[in-house]
Parts: sequence; C-alpha cells; structure tokens
Amino acid sequence: MDKVKQKDLILYSGLIILGLAAPFLFPGFKVQLTILCVLIVLAMTWNLQGGEMGYNTFGNILFYGLGMYLTASVQVGMFFPLAEWTESGGEKTFVHTTSQYFQGMGVGLLVAALVPTIIAGAIGYAILGLRGHYFAICTLGLGIAAGEIAGGIEIIGAGQGFTTPPFPKDIVDPGARGDFFYFLSFVLLIGTFVFIKWIYGSRFKLILNAIRDNEDKAEAMGIQTMKYKIVGWMVSAFFAGLAGGIMGGLIGYIDSTDVAFDGREMGVFMVLMAILGGKGTLWGPVIGATLFHFLKEGFWTLILGWQYVALGVLIVVIVIYFPEGLMGWLREKYPERFGEVIDEKDRKAQVELK
Amino acid sequence: MVQASLDGILLGILFALIAYGMALQWGVMNIINIAQGDLVILGGYIAYTMYLAGIHPAWGVIVSPIIMFFVGWALYKLVINKVVDRDLFISILATFGIAIIFQQLMNFIFGADVVVAQSEYGTTMLFDNSVTLPNSKIFSAVVSILYAIALVIYMKKSRLGRAIRATAQNARAAKILGVDTEKVYAATFGINAALCGIAGALIAITLTLHPYVGLPYTVRSFMIVIVAGLGNLPAVAISGMGLGLFEEFADYILGTEFRIGAVFMLLVFILVYRRFKLSKKREYLK
Amino acid sequence: MNKLTKLFITFISAITLMLSSMSSSFAKVDGEYIVLGAAISLTGKYSSNGVHTQNGYNLAVDRINKMGGVEVQGKKYKFEIIYYDDESNPKRAAQLAERLINQDGVKYMLGPYSSGLTKAIAPVTEKYKIPMVEANGASRSLFTKGYKYLFAVLSPANQYLEVAIDLAVEKNGGKPVRIAQAFEQDAFSQDVRLGILDAAKRTGSEIIIDDKLPKELNDMAATLAKVKATKPDVLVVSGHTKGALTAIRQIAEMKVDVPMLAMTHCDAAKLSKQHGKKSEYALCASQWHKNLSYKDKFFGTGKKYDKDFKKEFGYAPPYQSAESSAALLVFKDAFERANSFDGDKVRDALKTTEMQTFYGNIKFGPGGQNTAKPMILFQVRCKGDTCENKVVAPTKWASDKFYHPIPKWSERS
Repeated sequence: MDKVKQKDLILYSGLIILGLAAPFLFPGFKVQLTILCVLIVLAMTWNLQGGEMGYNTFGNILFYGLGMYLTASVQVGMFFPLAEWTESGGEKTFVHTTSQYFQGMGVGLLVAALVPTIIAGAIGYAILGLRGHYFAICTLGLGIAAGEIAGGIEIIGAGQGFTTPPFPKDIVDPGARGDFFYFLSFVLLIGTFVFIKWIYGSRFKLILNAIRDNEDKAEAMGIQTMKYKIVGWMVSAFFAGLAGGIMGGLIGYIDSTDVAFDGREMGVFMVLMAILGGKGTLWGPVIGATLFHFLKEGFWTLILGWQYVALGVLIVVIVIYFPEGLMGWLREKYPERFGEVIDEKDRKAQVELK
Repeated sequence: MVQASLDGILLGILFALIAYGMALQWGVMNIINIAQGDLVILGGYIAYTMYLAGIHPAWGVIVSPIIMFFVGWALYKLVINKVVDRDLFISILATFGIAIIFQQLMNFIFGADVVVAQSEYGTTMLFDNSVTLPNSKIFSAVVSILYAIALVIYMKKSRLGRAIRATAQNARAAKILGVDTEKVYAATFGINAALCGIAGALIAITLTLHPYVGLPYTVRSFMIVIVAGLGNLPAVAISGMGLGLFEEFADYILGTEFRIGAVFMLLVFILVYRRFKLSKKREYLK
Repeated sequence: MNKLTKLFITFISAITLMLSSMSSSFAKVDGEYIVLGAAISLTGKYSSNGVHTQNGYNLAVDRINKMGGVEVQGKKYKFEIIYYDDESNPKRAAQLAERLINQDGVKYMLGPYSSGLTKAIAPVTEKYKIPMVEANGASRSLFTKGYKYLFAVLSPANQYLEVAIDLAVEKNGGKPVRIAQAFEQDAFSQDVRLGILDAAKRTGSEIIIDDKLPKELNDMAATLAKVKATKPDVLVVSGHTKGALTAIRQIAEMKVDVPMLAMTHCDAAKLSKQHGKKSEYALCASQWHKNLSYKDKFFGTGKKYDKDFKKEFGYAPPYQSAESSAALLVFKDAFERANSFDGDKVRDALKTTEMQTFYGNIKFGPGGQNTAKPMILFQVRCKGDTCENKVVAPTKWASDKFYHPIPKWSERS
C-alpha cells in the first residue's frame, strides 16, 4: 500500500513541478497553458455531474458565464460607476491602479465563486428533479437563455460587450500578466483536483454513483438523493464560476453569447473532453482536456476553415465509437491496473455467451 | 395586437410542422435530434438554390422534401442507425455533432450571408390597412396544413405508415411480426427530414436564411413536442400556434432583443412545471 | 500503478516534445519579407465579411509587392501575412493574437473583421506594444480607451448615420423630426445608435421608437408594426447584413410607409440585387464608393480598384475590401517614413500619417480613428428592374439627387 502511495507522490510532485516550470519552459505558450488549466477544471467539474452522477448537463456554462460577468463587474464596480464603464461608446476612461486591480480581482473571484454556488443551490431543486434527456435539454436551454438575456442587459454592456479592466500599467514587464493568470488558473486547477480527489475517496462519491446507477433504488435505500444532487451541482458551480472569472480577466473582453455563455463552444467542449478522456474517472477529464486542447491548438490552424467540420466529425466518432473514452478503453484492456480483480474464467464465459 | 396574433398563429403552424417530424422520430426511434433545425435550414437553402436558378421558390415545397428525404435516409444509414438503441444522451450529442457539420458545410456552400428568396406574392390588407398579412405567410400556413393532412392519411392508410405506427408502439413485437424495423427507421428519419425540407422552403419564402439559425427551431419543436406529447397531431398544431403567439407577444412586451431568450426560458419553465406536476402524481400514487 | 505512471510520463514528454517543435519562431522581418499577422473570420457568422477583408488585404499585398515592395534603409522588402481563422469568436481572436505575437513572432498586426473582434484583440496588441492598423472595427469605444498602438483607417461608427438625420431635418424645412430606430445588440450597431442619439439631441429631434434586435435576428415585425402605428419621419435600422435584408423584406411585406429609411451594410448585403425594387429609396451609409475622386499610385482611382478587384475575385468590392486594402498602403507608407523596423518608430510614423489613397484621405486622430475622411450616403435607385447605389451625400460627390420623401407603397408599382 505504501509503495503505491509513494508512486502517487512522485507522480503528483512531478506534475506540480512541471506545472510550475511550464510558463518558464514555454514562455510563448502561457495563454494556451492557462486555457488548458481552465479547460481541465471545467472538464473535471462536468465529470462530477455527467460522469459520476449521471446527470448530463449542458448548463455548467451558466456558472462559467456568470462567474465571468461577476468578476468583471465587481472589479469595475468596486472603484468606478459600472454603468459609465459599460455605457455604449464609453467616452470616459477609468484606470485601475495596481492595488485596485488586484483587490478588485480578488473580491470579484470570491463573488464569482459564491454567487453561482448559491444560484445552483436555489434552482437545483427545480432543475435536478428532471431526469435524463429532459435534464440535458433543460440545462441547454438555461445556458442559451442566459446568454441571450445577458445580451439585453445594459449595465453589463449588453450586446456591446464588456471590456474588463486592463492589467495595471505600472507593472512594466509584459510577461507579468501572462504569469499572473497562469498561476491563478494553476492554483485553481490544483484546488479543484485536490477537492475532487477528496470527493473520490468519500462516501459522497458513492452516493453520486448510486444516483447514476439507479436513482429510484438509491432513494428506496433511504438516501435523500435530491440533497446530494444539489450539493454536487453546487460544487460544480463553485469551480466553474471561478474558472469563468479567470477566463474573463485573461481574454479582456466579454461578449454575452460568444465568450461568457458560450454554450456552442465551451459548453460542448467540456462534455466532449470528459467523454474523450473517460467519464466517471478521476484522470479521464484531465487527460481528455489535455489531449483535446493539444489537438485543437496543434491542428486547428492547419485545416483553416474546416475545423468545425472536423469538430463535428470528432464528436460523432467519439460519441458513437468511444463512449467510454480513453480511460474506459484502458480499463477494458488492463483491468488489473485499475485495481479490479477479474475472474478469468468468468470473463471467458461472458465472452462465449456473446 | 390583432397583427401579433395573426403573425403568431401563422408562424406557429410552421413550427408545428417541424415539431411533428420531431415527435415522429422521437416516438418511433426514441432519439432526440438536435440537428432538426439545421435540416430545416438546409431545406430552405434548397429552395433558395432553385430561386437563384430562376425557378419560383414556391416549387421548393415539392422539390425540397424529395431531396431532403434522401438526405435523411443517408444520414440514418451513416450515423443515426448507430444511436437508435443507445442512451438518449448519445443521440443528443451525436446529432449535435451532425448539426455542427451541417452548419459549417452550409456556410461553405452558401456563405454566411443572410439570404432571402423572393416569392412576389404581395400582401393582403385587412381592417383598413392597419393589419397586413403577407400572402407568403398565408401560403406557408396552407401548405403546412395540406402536408400535415396528407401525412396523417398516409400514416393511417399506407402499409409503410402502418408499419411505422406498429414500430412506435412496440418495436420488438413489430419485428417479430415481420416488420423490417431497420427500413422503418430509415423511412421515418427520411420522412422527418422531408418535413423539415418543406418547413425550410417555407421559411426561405417568409423569413430569412442563415447557416447558424438552426438551433432555435430545434428547441421550438422540442418544446412543442413536450407540451403536446408524442404522436398527437392536433395537440402539436395547437401548441405550435400557442408558441407562435407567445413569441410575437414576447416581442411586443419584452422587446425583440429578448425574443430568443424568452423562448429558451419558456422551455426551462415548461420542463420544470412538468417535473412538479409529475412528482405530485407520484406522491399521489404513494 | 507502475505502468500507469509510465504512461503518464510518456504522455507528458510527448506533450513537451510537441510544444518545443511547435515554437519555431519567425522573425519579424524574415529575409526579404515583412511579416504581418492577422486573425480573420473565415468561419462563423462573420465569414463572408471576413473573406472580403482577406481579399482586400491580399490584393494590396500583391500589388505592393509587384510594384517594388517596401523600401527600408535602401533595401526592398515584400509583405507577407500570416492568417489564422478566428471563427468569428472574440475569445478565439484574443487567443490567436497572443499566438501570432508570441509564437509566430509577429511584430505588426492587421485588424480582424468587426468591432467586437477588434475590441478583443486591441488589449493584446497594446500590451505587447504591437502596432495594429485595422480596417473593420469602427466602434467608437475603441478610440476612447487611450490605445496607443491602434490605428483605424475608417470613420468611427457613430458617424455612419448622423448625416442622415441632418438630411432629414433639412428636408423637413429645418424643423426637428421624429425618429424610429432599431439596432442589433452588438458593438457596431449600438455605436451607430449613439451617433443617432447625438444627432437627435443636436437637432432637437425626438426618438419615438428605440428597439433592440437580437443577434439571431430574422423577424422584426413587432418593430415595424409600431412604426406603422406611430408614423415617424425617419426609420433607422442597423444590424449588419441580416438587419438590412430583414428590414427591407418586411417593410415591403407589411407595406410600411416612411418618408425616409436609413440603414447600414446595404452593399455588403447586396440589397439592390437580393431585393431589387423593394429596396429602392433606401438610404445607406458607406465608408467608400467607387465613384469618389480619391486616387493613389498603387490602385489608381476607385473605379480602377473596382475593376481590378472584380478581375481578381469575380465580384464587386464592398467597402470592407477597399478599407482593408487601404490598411496595407498605410503600413507601407509608415515603414518607409520610419525607415526602420523598430515597433515604436513605426508607431510614431503611423501616428503622423497623412496621405491620400484610392479609399480616401487618411490622418489619424488622437484615439487612432481616421479623421480625414467623411462618411458617404448613397441611395438605392432603380431603372426598370436594375437597381444601383447612387451617391447622394456629401454633395461634392453626389451622382444623383436625394429622393425625398419615399413614395407610398400604394403609389409604387
């Protein structure tokens, strides 16, 4: 047992060192690395829903977008009148000082984590009562509706978009901004990972699995499924909100449907990444997101114009032929590595039955 | 107000046609097709292509469904047959992938510009010119109703129609009794695509076309089906009109910018309402 | 676990390898080429205008390279552009700008299509002090943020239809008019709205309908019904090409009678072709028209540009292409005056640009907007079944008289 733990330790410390060293090893790729961290966080939190709980949501984008708008609004609103900042035309220029910028960002991220969590708790009872595809379509609707409605609200820039505060000018080093956002997202990634790993070792995860496998039976066993479903959703909302807040600051410009409530891209990507890696596993979403991001960054520019066709084909192929993902495939191939004990005789017998 | 009501009802009949296709495939094959709206838009582009070639786009309501039937058939053979017996979520994701491919291919072929096909049907004035009814909208409503009636008769009388209904009721039993379910599925999906083709051609005449406006049509038809239930054509028609009315009034009251948002919010509310209604029933049963 | 660990390590090293092989960096000036970077919408909702932009850039690059290129410190250089597809998505655009600058080593940027995308890219270029000449981001808020490395060859969006309101007031005998307006919810259209608000204030005109249109707009019957009921003097609509097309179609269908109809994006929407006589009398704002009397030594006059462009790409150039071509002329001029490849020197040279191109005079104001070029208005006029865009304002280039008021539908054949 100890030996395994030691291996884990090596693996984790290796990854953390790699993560810390990455921006210095590849200074040109800081932004991509930051986005990678955010993507992994999103894929992991989606997995908690779709993979562990069996509630395939398209709605986590709601929290991501909310987090983005909230962080930016708080960051501006703490020091300047928000309405004047976002007013169409924006004749007045406000400049954040260095301390204002970071203070605003900190408080903004806090709000961006808490408010979506509260909202998830508030609407959870209504939405999570839906089952299966009704839930999927309902959350899809929520995400899109949020984008359309945000596009009509003046105070957050409406269709004009919302330019987030620029990085303080006093910090002269042009690389500082990239470092800041990278480490912010890296910390978020580690936080999310540790938290979800903790969940994986807890009774909570087993309950989520029970809900996935048979909700009615779980209920019959005396589990208050609704309570756990809501808590699970709130966890996702918490991290998705933070991820959104960081992305907003990184991109520097928030558009209601294309950046914040980007269901068409981010909303689908997080599902796809989790499925690609293997839903219902701890490492699946991490690997899926990494692989997906590299594929996307590496080959997207080579197939100029055809990337969406490729994406569509990718979705169809993954969903139809690899619904269990990479980890699922590995598990099938090397079950011993996953700590599963297989009775060879039984296995053969099953094969023959088919 | 009269204007909004009339617009809403005429639009709603069109939605109902798309929704009927949705109900058909959902009932028979148990799949939810996210690409429904994109099939509609593709049908519209077929009519638009005819218009560019100098043929009156109204002929699109005959040509487009024929072409779309084969598109649907091919789509079934390529992809859909692999998702029929699977989890509904798989079909949602797979058809989402198809939707993306369709959007992009349409973008390549027809460009991202908004296009319109001119019918030159003129306008009917009512109530001393205060209410205008574009004849193209009336035309589209009439065509939709005619096709719907034809479809109902076909489903009742023809051999294939009966096979489809049998499969919808119990696929396994139908198979045992000698129905080639594989063929039935392909035909169902083809008919669904054909319905989308008709609706698309009508949209090309009455509204505008754009490669990326498919999704709202999918959601609308989904909503109508949820409210009306599977395979109940009158209910589909009525809830279709209801949705059309809702949209037009949302336009007036909330402002056009919230129209799409309102449609999606309505979807959420309907689903949630339905959930509470159903859960009450369950409590009662306990 | 052992094997799994190994697997991860292999995976990670594979990634590391991939990364290092990808970071093959170009120099800002590669041999005899000056490398410019551009993120263009080749897919997504702006893709047709993105292609117009790209064609404009390419035509100018070809022409400049053919006519001797750019001379810096006695040596001739050629332009080369690295394109990426931003998918009409601001998030992607910002990401690609970073990529162009950091990975491809680009030191000079050309703008994307649309104000929204330019807004997303500008903070990035500003951060790295990369001069960007953009030709398709007209939103006024771009020029009030204090950006120092952003230069736009076009007039800001709020100027698009201001003139139209002045014209309406003039036709109304100098008395204020009643305005109905509907604008799409996006950066550009909302800025056009701002211009109208200013003009209304200035002339004391009253805005009686102020609607917003969604981005996926294909039905504006509700707005038009209100217009019918209130009978304003001017109807202003802006919502890229789909706004223009939807408006014309439904105005004709609902037989909405307004004395004056002002719009944007008529030529990109090919209004006169798609809608023919229904679009007659529509008044459109444009950055450029081929009949204007500007010229330069690369493209000659606007008419010549029109001809060359048609020959190359098979369609008449919308103003989006013309302004994109002009952006390269500006860059060439700046490089030669700076006589250096230093980013800040090029920027300073850009700042003092004062030149004439076939597209118009170019001189940058303090915010980076072009202050030397007026907007023009044209009106769609038909003869028989063929419709054409006739310049009606400013009067200096007017090829036809402004027709006012628009005849009622009942009187139109």
